[in-house]
Amino acid sequence: MDLLQEMSEALQSGNCEKVIALARQAVGTKVLPRDVLDNGLIAGMNVIGDKYKHHEIFLPEVLLAAKAMYAGMDVLRPLFLKDEMPTLGKVVIGTVQGDIHDIGKNLVAIMLRGAGFEVVDLGKDVPAEKFVEVAVQEKARVIGMSALLTTTMPAMKDIVERLKKRGLDSKIKTIIGGAPVSADYARHIGADAYGYDSVNAVEWIKKLTKKS
Amino acid sequence: MGEVVEISIRGVMPGEKSVMLLQGIPLSKKPPENAKELFLVARDIYRECVHPAGIMKDISQEEFQDVYNGQSLNAENTPVPKIAMRADGLALFAVTLGQTVHDKINELFESKELALGSMLDSVASAGAEKAADIVETRFLQSLMTRGVVDKEAVVMRYSPGYCGWHVSGQRRLFEYLKPERVGITLRDSFLMEPLKSVSGVFIAGKKEIHIIEDSYPFCKECETHSCQERIEALLEGT
Repeated sequence: MDLLQEMSEALQSGNCEKVIALARQAVGTKVLPRDVLDNGLIAGMNVIGDKYKHHEIFLPEVLLAAKAMYAGMDVLRPLFLKDEMPTLGKVVIGTVQGDIHDIGKNLVAIMLRGAGFEVVDLGKDVPAEKFVEVAVQEKARVIGMSALLTTTMPAMKDIVERLKKRGLDSKIKTIIGGAPVSADYARHIGADAYGYDSVNAVEWIKKLTKKS
Repeated sequence: MGEVVEISIRGVMPGEKSVMLLQGIPLSKKPPENAKELFLVARDIYRECVHPAGIMKDISQEEFQDVYNGQSLNAENTPVPKIAMRADGLALFAVTLGQTVHDKINELFESKELALGSMLDSVASAGAEKAADIVETRFLQSLMTRGVVDKEAVVMRYSPGYCGWHVSGQRRLFEYLKPERVGITLRDSFLMEPLKSVSGVFIAGKKEIHIIEDSYPFCKECETHSCQERIEALLEGT
């Protein structure tokens, strides 16, 4: 079996040790780090995302695979020059101010990294202005906002409006997620997308970054 | 003054099925072996770091209406006050699993033990409901002992943030119940800390009073419609 295919399968079964060993073996035999990343790790996470979407596997298997992906990325990271880790783009993500639920947001961040995006995770209880400031500083292409409380949802609108006021809304796209929000709410506040789960959020962010 | 209810660790140990459901694994599917292993590890960690506590306080119909009205942000037409008006007994309650379990979940996520962190989160969520079950049973027993209800009576619990009861209702609920006595505080966003806490009202009475249709305007925004499952379980006596 092809080394990278084997790595992809080890990742899918959540076998961290094997992913690390195969990543070391691959870079030792002069496989380009970029190929290891794209055709080993990201390819494996894409399969995981697809199976999860079709209910063939469940959350624990996704997260075990994600841990293996992080382990593989740790092998590759020193091989890329600083700031040259290839990515599909940068996404700033966080749970909005007043809300400290972050499991859903963490899942989206995991799946985004697995798909090849660079994620700047602002954590939880994040003020609106910080989303915008960091997105500008980091040249992010997307801001992802999460909320679990109906009382904190309006903070999402505030962030979208701040982007619009500064004329940044065409450059920085917005996506929202969380139990109380919906596609209707996203439209209502002028956000570009609503992700109903982590896989759907990644699909939307891929679309948003392709368009812009 | 509310009654502090002692809750044993054993009492808040959740079963595998309820946890797997929270992990998105339906009852009709056999959980994968690695998920079962994670569950056992998470349950052991949980046992070591959970500090359950609960508090409840009987309140009158009038007091409950005041609590329920809260900051006047509830949906226009909601079922809870109607159910409460037909109740034989009402009590506010709050339970928590303590801060340590929440810290442990965060610690696992930060160290990239994602699957275990997520499993512990689900174990704790299921455990918090078990804590609420224990206090609920205690309330029903207390009503029976006092002769307020007979053995046919049932209790269901309702919480701010659900069924049209605006989450800002937490403020008034906290003023009446004072769950700070068991370590639960309220943030400005009406979120409880520790995060693995549950609060609300117990409504005791005949089964029939709890039967509602999920056709209220706010039901459209509800993803789970779990009220119907709870009513079904109540009618089946499970």
